[in-house]
Amino acid sequence: MDLTFTPAEEAFRAEAREWLEANVPVGLPSGDTAEGFALHVEWEKKLFEAGWSVVSWPEEFGGRGASLWEWLIFEEEYYRVGGPQRVTQNGIFLLAPTIFEYGTDEQKARFLPRMASADDLWCQGWSEPDAGSDLAGIKSRATRDDERGGWVINGQKTWTTRGAFCNWVFGLFRTDPEAARHSGMTYLMVPLDASGVTVRGVERLDGDEGFAEVFFDDVFVADDLVLGGVNEGWGVAMATTSSERGLTLRSPGRFCAAADRLVDLWKRQAAAGEHPERIDSLRSDVAQSWMEAEAYRLATLADVTGLVNGVSQGARSSLTKIFWSELDVKLNETALRLLGPAAELIETSAGAVDGGAWMKGFEFALSGPIYAGTNEIQRNVVAERVLGLPRK
Amino acid sequence: MNFAFTDDQLLFRDAVAEFFANECPPEKVRWSWNDEVGRDASIWAALAEMGVIGLTVPEAFGGMGMNEIDLLPILTEAGRYAYPAPLVETVAVVAPLLAESAPAAIAEKWLPGIADGSVIATVQLDGQPFVNDMHIANLLIAQRGDQLFAIPAEHVRSTPQISVDGARRLFSVEWDEADAELIVSGDAALRAADRAFDRGAAATAAQLIGLSEQMIAMTVAYVSDRKQFGVPIGSFQAVKHHLADAELKVSFARPAVWAAAYGLANSSADVDREVSMAKCFASDAAEVVARKALQTHGAIGYTTEHDLHFWLKRSWALASSWGDAAWHRRRVAHLLLDA
Ligand SMILES: Cc1cc2nc3c(=O)[nH]c(=O)nc-3n(C[C@H](O)[C@H](O)[C@H](O)COP(=O)(O)OP(=O)(O)OC[C@H]3O[C@@H](n4cnc5c(N)ncnc54)[C@H](O)[C@@H]3O)c2cc1C
Repeated sequence: MDLTFTPAEEAFRAEAREWLEANVPVGLPSGDTAEGFALHVEWEKKLFEAGWSVVSWPEEFGGRGASLWEWLIFEEEYYRVGGPQRVTQNGIFLLAPTIFEYGTDEQKARFLPRMASADDLWCQGWSEPDAGSDLAGIKSRATRDDERGGWVINGQKTWTTRGAFCNWVFGLFRTDPEAARHSGMTYLMVPLDASGVTVRGVERLDGDEGFAEVFFDDVFVADDLVLGGVNEGWGVAMATTSSERGLTLRSPGRFCAAADRLVDLWKRQAAAGEHPERIDSLRSDVAQSWMEAEAYRLATLADVTGLVNGVSQGARSSLTKIFWSELDVKLNETALRLLGPAAELIETSAGAVDGGAWMKGFEFALSGPIYAGTNEIQRNVVAERVLGLPRK
Repeated sequence: MNFAFTDDQLLFRDAVAEFFANECPPEKVRWSWNDEVGRDASIWAALAEMGVIGLTVPEAFGGMGMNEIDLLPILTEAGRYAYPAPLVETVAVVAPLLAESAPAAIAEKWLPGIADGSVIATVQLDGQPFVNDMHIANLLIAQRGDQLFAIPAEHVRSTPQISVDGARRLFSVEWDEADAELIVSGDAALRAADRAFDRGAAATAAQLIGLSEQMIAMTVAYVSDRKQFGVPIGSFQAVKHHLADAELKVSFARPAVWAAAYGLANSSADVDREVSMAKCFASDAAEVVARKALQTHGAIGYTTEHDLHFWLKRSWALASSWGDAAWHRRRVAHLLLDA
């Protein structure tokens, strides 16, 4: 057991820190609005130009071939200096690992570099009005068009995050309506500017237009936009969703940074001297949230040690997803309690503490137990696939 | 970075686990409840033979000279089998304390006996009202303010206190300084007592992990077998979610306990915080797991004829000894917020 990083890794940390401290933008508006998204894309391009957008990817695709440990270090530093949300995340963290695993060489060359450079911006199209937790219930269809060598899509996706701002969507479409529920689906990548695609933004709980509905009317996609085999989309999709539950989407750096900010908020509130009983009564809650973030960091170090030695997380990634999403809710709730009467003020209010970031964080955290497979579904997975309880 | 045990550490742990599986089955725990002394000296002797009892004793005194990273996985196994003897006190706390802080004469007097299994030691730090296993101990290490003493057992007057865990043996003790040997005093004694407390807390946390894992295993087996409405009760979602919550708690307490072991072994600057986090999470986890285990067993778990209660009661006892979750959470709060 050795919980220290090597000198080379620490040098990597120092280099990342130096660049990030000099370049991370402060006070960007939410990336889930049209204006904010554009500013985030500018930041993503700057990250890319300096070689920091996808550190763990091979150099030929725009990365710097960093190890998993270095990736974790980068994430720690990124969030420590207050780096903004990654609006490229659906591409770089979710689709890219799937392309690395299932994509053809042409697909890798065509999509990965433009994803790294934020020239292509990807959203995910899984959910449909009648298919949420029961994803295998999707109805959007892609029918064969032999003449043109591709597929014709009809149907609707919904809750597509940042769909109104992106130019590509990936997701599952039913290609064999006769097949059993989990077969007969194909993983397709679809340009949102294709003829027949209509995107309608939908306002989220926090007031941002972060959701979208995507309608497909006779949209043609060529065969080279199929990822993995035809009718084998379910297995390919499971690779993406396990990235979403686990390590790649939600690295511990983000929660550790939030926990440090919570400690700092407690100290500022205590120093301000107002409502001392309330501030005092929240000491243990602050400590608990800080420890949960730290526990998530430690669990990740153990998981990555396993990965480096060839042991994958498997169904245990469901435990990870429950843990980070619930710790995020509690952490933000504690912050709001520290703010007391100021908690309800949002970013457009002059009196909001920290620019209203805590209410915003709370609202976003509340979606964590819903997206990426609800926590009820994750608990089913833990019971059945980690503990081995009977399905029926 | 390598947050895992070595193959040798795991082999040692597995050997001890196999030993407990054979020598400390649930019937043995039941016997401990019912027998007046409740301690099988042959198990202690065999553990000494295997090197477990002398694990933390320096090699110069006949021990293995190992540290908390080697020890805590073994204590997890002791917890899993609800082994009821003072491993935490003797191996995790007293041996390292004597090795680090005692003058040579005292160290030479006691450490070789600990290593060969002939000396059983127990401990009382300030703030700990009761002493574990005074009835079989040869040596008590006790704190009085800024002094630490070694008191041979024959000079200790003890009164039993009855724990909810019938396999535990707790005592109130009295002794006179005239009969005690001074180990260390002043700031050095306070530092030694702090370190001893951290070691006891982390070692107890490791036992709680094993207890929790075993309660989950027993419950998974039970709910997979027990049928109601024509199906195993483990197929009901309410039961599944109870168990998923239990597994969640242990899964995120475990790495905190290993990190505390690492912190102790490497004298980390943040060792107090690391240990308190470990004990806080392990205590919380064991309490949640115990509740879920009892609830999903139904009435059978509510009898003393079924074995589950041995684990429930050990969990309750250990969750609140060496500082309960709330105490350790407050300590972390102090370290984070008042710095
Ligand atoms: C912020 C946010 C961003 C999102 N982004 C995207 C995106 O980019 N692309 C995309 O495709 N989707 C996205 N989603 C949608 C998300 O994947 C779905 O919300 C999720 O899969 C749940 O589906 P649902 O909302 O239809 O709820 P339902 O499936 O209708 O579930 C409602 C409730 O019933 C419970 N429930 C359902 N089935 C079971 C069961 N078997 N056992 C126990 N309880 C059950 C659920 O746990 C939940 O509590 C996003 C959602 C949110 C909130």
